[in-house]
Amino acid sequence: MESPLVVIKDVSFQYDSQESLALNQINMEVYEGEWLAIVGHNGSGKSTLARLLNGLQFPKEGSITVAGITLAEETIWDIRRQIGMVFQNPDNQFVGTTVQDDVAFGLENNGIPVDVMSERVVDALKKVNMDSFLDQEPHHLSGGQKQRVAIAGVLALKPSIIILDEATSMLDPRGRAEVIETIMKLQKQDKITVISITHDLEEASRADRIIVMNKGEVYREGTPNEIFLMDEELIKLGLDIPFPIKMSNKLREKGISLGQQYLTEEELVAGLWTSHSKM
Amino acid sequence: MMEKMIIGRYVPADSLLHRMDPRSKLILVFLFVGVIFLANNFWTYGILLIYTLLMAGFSKIPPRFLIGGLKPVLWLVIFTFFLHLFLTREGAVIFDLGWFKIYEEGLRQGIFISMRFFLLILITSLLTLTTTPIEITDGLERLLGPLKKLKFPVHELALMMSIALRFIPTLMQETDKIMKAQTARGVEYTSGPIKERLKAVVPLLIPLFISSFKRAEELAVAMEARGYKGGEGRTKYRQLSWSTVDTLMILLLLAVTVLLIVFRG
Repeated sequence: MESPLVVIKDVSFQYDSQESLALNQINMEVYEGEWLAIVGHNGSGKSTLARLLNGLQFPKEGSITVAGITLAEETIWDIRRQIGMVFQNPDNQFVGTTVQDDVAFGLENNGIPVDVMSERVVDALKKVNMDSFLDQEPHHLSGGQKQRVAIAGVLALKPSIIILDEATSMLDPRGRAEVIETIMKLQKQDKITVISITHDLEEASRADRIIVMNKGEVYREGTPNEIFLMDEELIKLGLDIPFPIKMSNKLREKGISLGQQYLTEEELVAGLWTSHSKM
Repeated sequence: MMEKMIIGRYVPADSLLHRMDPRSKLILVFLFVGVIFLANNFWTYGILLIYTLLMAGFSKIPPRFLIGGLKPVLWLVIFTFFLHLFLTREGAVIFDLGWFKIYEEGLRQGIFISMRFFLLILITSLLTLTTTPIEITDGLERLLGPLKKLKFPVHELALMMSIALRFIPTLMQETDKIMKAQTARGVEYTSGPIKERLKAVVPLLIPLFISSFKRAEELAVAMEARGYKGGEGRTKYRQLSWSTVDTLMILLLLAVTVLLIVFRG
């Protein structure tokens, strides 16, 4: 693999109001162009990690390097230009009065000249398929649409990494699918590195690599296939296994082995209707 | 319904007034407020009335919207009229009931003052009917720009205004949701004695406040993550453009002012 884009080295963090460490000696690397999912249930430290990456909090110990820049008070704005963040609540990150104003907000902050701005706003909105909503106001948009606008706002700044901090957790299934599809397209076509922080293993199943966090520590790391083989262990960690995995596990208990793990429903269906001929 | 009152006022159309720069419209309204005090007789009020109706014509706003906007303040206009009519005791008596007299000057004052009210409201509603709130905010930010030198937080104020405008509908939706949730728990908002109904507002306001603070905090984090570090070095996406029409409109009002000075008694 190529050289890592993000290096997190021996990072520990503790909130002032808490006794135990929120993060304890974390080491991880993120590679260019990959989709990394960080999963874990509430309080596992995954959201804290996202906030550290963007300099919203500083680690107590250890260092974070993004694209060769080490995170410190002075480099924080350079790092924020490299990393775009999409947060959980679609409403509470929509700053502009209309879609195009919101996408332009980040550009305005960075002092991008006006003539470049409008082009970049439209380009970014095209990438998330929201370019026909330029003058729409936020309260007329669905949650999924608002999150796509938030992604466009991040894209307009041409970051190398997008962090999704539970970005789909407040959406209905349709909105969730819209957002995940958009992210998949961006990662494939525009080679954007994606870090998605989630407790939804179905979302994580789309990633190239999964890191499971528990109690502020990296518990396990691997491809989705490897991680989902943990099965009961994942449930103990408070994570819900996606339906296709549950289904194949149940089938295996009944003595019907499908031969491999299916991560999506389509794969499962395809696996099921072709399985008979193999038996 | 509050939404209608505060931001739903804007009526989109393609008219001369809609295309004007918000800065020139703001300047015009401020000038007009001053100029209106020059009028003191039939001719001068006539000129102002013609000017205002001309502007209303330029706006292409259907009259029913204009009248709709005037309704809530109409009683104030009427009240002013009668106040002056009954309380002014100058000039010849034109109506005499013995204990109750109406004077010529009273009638004049009543008509003029209520007319002044009416014209002011009409002109300011023309501003809000043809300009979106965000345009007004932008215009104000530019007009107040020079105050930055005096350390007046112009940018912050404009940002506050635009965020407030953006969150009004969101908070309305939230209020609605909380009201329904509380109604489901047996709180009555629409019936019962006034005292009970006022009490019912408390379980509505507290959750609303708490969620607003949470929103504010999250919004601040999101803004920071998107590189917001104050007004310094920021560019503006929305550009304002001052055209010939804007200059001409200002000149027109100046001409009206000259006319008023000439014809005032």
